[in-house]
Amino acid sequence: MTDTDVRPQPTKKGLTRRQKRSISRGAQYVVFVAAVIAFAVSADWGRLQNQFAQADIAERMFPDVITLALKNTVLYTVSGFAVGLALGMVIALMRLSSVGPYRWLAGIYIEIFRGLPALLIFIFIGVAVPLAFPGTEIIGGTYGKVALALGLVAAAYMAETIRAGIQAVPKGQMEAARSLGFSPARAMISIIIPQAFRVILPPLTNELVLLFKDSSLVLFLGVTLEERELSKYGRDLASQTANSTPILVAGLCYLLVTIPLGFVVRRMEAKAQEAVK
Amino acid sequence: MSRPEIDVRGLHKSFGDNEVLRGIDLEIGQGEVVCVIGPSGSGKSTLLRCVNLLEEPTKGQVFVGGTELTDPDVDIDAARRRIGMVFQQFNLFPHLTVTENLTLPQRRVLRRDKARAAKVAAENLERVGLAEKANAYPSSLSGGQQQRVAIARALAMGPQVMLFDEPTSALDPELVGDVLAVMRMLARDGMTMMVVTHEMTFAREVADRVVFMDGGVIVEDGTPAQVIGDPTHARTRHFLSRLLDPAGADVEEETSDQVGKTG
Repeated sequence: MTDTDVRPQPTKKGLTRRQKRSISRGAQYVVFVAAVIAFAVSADWGRLQNQFAQADIAERMFPDVITLALKNTVLYTVSGFAVGLALGMVIALMRLSSVGPYRWLAGIYIEIFRGLPALLIFIFIGVAVPLAFPGTEIIGGTYGKVALALGLVAAAYMAETIRAGIQAVPKGQMEAARSLGFSPARAMISIIIPQAFRVILPPLTNELVLLFKDSSLVLFLGVTLEERELSKYGRDLASQTANSTPILVAGLCYLLVTIPLGFVVRRMEAKAQEAVK
Repeated sequence: MSRPEIDVRGLHKSFGDNEVLRGIDLEIGQGEVVCVIGPSGSGKSTLLRCVNLLEEPTKGQVFVGGTELTDPDVDIDAARRRIGMVFQQFNLFPHLTVTENLTLPQRRVLRRDKARAAKVAAENLERVGLAEKANAYPSSLSGGQQQRVAIARALAMGPQVMLFDEPTSALDPELVGDVLAVMRMLARDGMTMMVVTHEMTFAREVADRVVFMDGGVIVEDGTPAQVIGDPTHARTRHFLSRLLDPAGADVEEETSDQVGKTG
């Protein structure tokens, strides 16, 4: 037998794989602990507390921060999401259309609105639309404008998500529906889209989280006191009191919503994984 | 003889440069059960899918119940209501219960009211022996049960013709029998059936006619006794010997006239 293959040597000189691995892991812990200590020592906690955690200022923010600011944030987000979902659905279907110009138009829309910062869209809605169509008021005033601006941005992302969801439904589903006498549109509505939604619910909820944060851009539209949302409210109060505690409180209010939502998304993803099995 | 229920004339179908069907003429009379057999890639599934126009024929005509489906102005959705189809992969709607799988098409397509649709659904589930699974979801059923639900779903639409596209090929061997039993019952009840299958026993016992396809054409067409029992063409004999004794086949060169697409 002429076995010239180089075989892996089970007993080699130097460190074994296992030893190398444990050294590497140990090093990672050391770096982590060192970073935490360095941060804790070098930060000036007293001044930070003074600037960001004044209990009496925080107390004065209630209940307005919830009943006004958080409420408006939620309102902006939900209305933007609704517009985005409706528009995104239309664009997704256009993207899948057999009519060429529809596909191109949808493609162009997606590229433009995914490529632009949301901030520019807000400025565009706030400035360019009133200039281009003088005398026309966007329905709902600021609320309508925000819903439109957030919706335009969200639609581009959601369209791609929805398209992917629709394409993830096996081809046999459409064939089965057509062979039962469903028209293409009816099959899409009754059979395909309900299945697509089960797939895209987690990414859509993620989009909701993103919109929730993007709603802070409303401050570039110029809002009345009653229309302020969390970021604007926090900033205004911070400059009034010359203290940053309101920013911290506003931040915590965001997390109050986004963390549970993130938890829900992970639950849904786990469930979807389960269903696939 | 009265007009055939299914009438295929001069049918050609190409996928790009790949000519899958090269001139098919086939008539199936009312109440007739025709099994289409042939090697994979012979075009038998494509032929079946052309009968309800899931595949658009490149050339030729298809008539079902006297209506020309290949007429560009035909109401294809209306025409398909007369034609039930059963797929290899069942294609039940996974987001609906068994009963909803049967009622939703009736309600949306036939515009039947709720009570009527529910009644028809229950009757047809009874027919395929799955009344007790009415509220289950497809994913909780075995493959054989899913396929029987799929048959019931097609039957609930009251079709005049049933097409079966390798209905037992995706099933575990021990589950094939239940599905074949349902199909046998349908045949006995006088349903016009076109069945693409590899189940030779079923073809021999249930079919009125067996059609052997190879390379996109019909090679042989006759009673089961003729086609399976005493085939005249070498290609048919070769195919049958391979099917009946897979372990006995020799290694051989790929033949050039095989058509690429499987099924």
